[in-house]
Amino acid sequence: MLERIAYNLLQVFVLVAFAPLIEGVVSRLKEILQSKRGPSIFQPYRDIWKLLHKDEIVSDHSSWIFRFAPYVAFAAPVFVALLIPVLTRYPLFFAFMGDMLGGGFVLALGGFFATLAAVDTANPYGPMGASRTRMVGFLAEPVFIVVFLTVSFVAGSTIPYIVQTRWVTPIANFFEPSHVLLMIAFLMLILAEDGRIPVDSPSGQFELAMIDRSKSLEYSGRGAALMKWAGAMKFMVLTIIFLNVLVTPWGLAPEGSGLAGVLIAIPLVLLKIFGFILVLVYIESSLAKLRLFRITEFLGAAFVTSVVAMITRLSEI
Amino acid sequence: MNGSPYPVIAALDALTGALFLLTALGVVATRQVLASLQLFIVQSLLLTLSAVLLGIALESIHLFAVAVITIGTKTLMIPWLLRHTVSSEVYRTREIQRVLNIPTSLLLSAVLIVLAYVITNPLIGAVEVPFAAINLPLGVAAIFLGAFTIVVRREAVPQLLGLLAVENGVFFAGVAIVPSLPVIAELAAAVDVPVITLVMGLLTRQIHRRLGTTSVGELAALREH
Repeated sequence: MLERIAYNLLQVFVLVAFAPLIEGVVSRLKEILQSKRGPSIFQPYRDIWKLLHKDEIVSDHSSWIFRFAPYVAFAAPVFVALLIPVLTRYPLFFAFMGDMLGGGFVLALGGFFATLAAVDTANPYGPMGASRTRMVGFLAEPVFIVVFLTVSFVAGSTIPYIVQTRWVTPIANFFEPSHVLLMIAFLMLILAEDGRIPVDSPSGQFELAMIDRSKSLEYSGRGAALMKWAGAMKFMVLTIIFLNVLVTPWGLAPEGSGLAGVLIAIPLVLLKIFGFILVLVYIESSLAKLRLFRITEFLGAAFVTSVVAMITRLSEI
Repeated sequence: MNGSPYPVIAALDALTGALFLLTALGVVATRQVLASLQLFIVQSLLLTLSAVLLGIALESIHLFAVAVITIGTKTLMIPWLLRHTVSSEVYRTREIQRVLNIPTSLLLSAVLIVLAYVITNPLIGAVEVPFAAINLPLGVAAIFLGAFTIVVRREAVPQLLGLLAVENGVFFAGVAIVPSLPVIAELAAAVDVPVITLVMGLLTRQIHRRLGTTSVGELAALREH
């Protein structure tokens, strides 16, 4: 019992500790692909450290929501990490506290507060980005629902620990058309939810074109550090759900392997994430950002893909 | 798929079928003319793959003949014909005029796919070939999507690609239902389809030369000289 609580907390620690590293690797790889050298992969840590030691300036016209939002945004991925299989194949202590929908709600809560905070300051760019995020969000919502419905229908459960074993036992299940289509749809969702190209440009500095990033423009000091950290963690949580539940549930610690198994799982999971990052960087470098109203088409395609996955599943081919 | 005597091949065939359907959706929805031509080539390759898989499983030489003919005509000859008869200006077109916008046509496509599953469901029990449950609904869905492409597009070349996608769908369903189709039927199709493509390509070329556009949607009225 105590052991499982400890592993669960270790999952959270891994998430908090390695999320900035993953962001650093993504931006470094992207720069390398563009024939530039790029910043060190540890740059996000330095940024967060620097921001934590700076003074925070808060607008007089903002309410408590603005001050409160970074903590909610930071806490949301941490809570989700308690629910999902980050390192182990067997359910840990908090695994049955919430299912995948619960995790989705918690993540959405963080996004909700970030949106409110962006509107709160009355900075002209904040509400614009907030409304755009909502637009992307409500277009992504049906895809999420269909993907979760199909996944839980297939596995007969909504607990991610139970879902993950379904796709690889036996291995022929991996090539099921519904599985492949779900992977494609979920990949498109990650691109949209995390504000990656082709939906949004994560490194763009042009406020008028921003979707996700303009929400945290008003933050400084500790608030900015937490928002940045929270963004990195949200990306890592989505990646882990994608990899450990849907795509490659290998390399996780099996039942009864003790602490050693869990510790070995850390580099293996990071390696998987690195492989995913390579794909992501390739996608981001080979596509152009879509115009705002083309995002409907992108997420419409994701929706149809997920619906086709559901149909092929329900008709039992 | 469960209970099929060839589990691995059935799984691979189902995967091929899913990707086949995705490319059909792509032909409906892509904006660039060139991209929809490339998607059509990928779709034909997937059709070939499915024919080869079924050929291995059912030990039918006819299906290998289908595969060879498909590779020869649909991935090599038709793209070559289309690229050479229609001026390259058409392929640089980005914005294709459409009757419906892309999200609406994608949603309607999803409805068509559901419809394909509904109407083929009673037919699957009637044929004895184990792969019909995979190929028949997907093939019919591809037929619907190809026909829908013809309806929804307003450029000549993508409409032609819709027609060819219908043909792909027919073959995709056909290889599963009639694995021992005589080669003569396939050969007839192999000669027919490039000829259709050639005729339509030349017609498109003439239209483009006369009017400077291939937007079929604007060709609404007859005019005598």
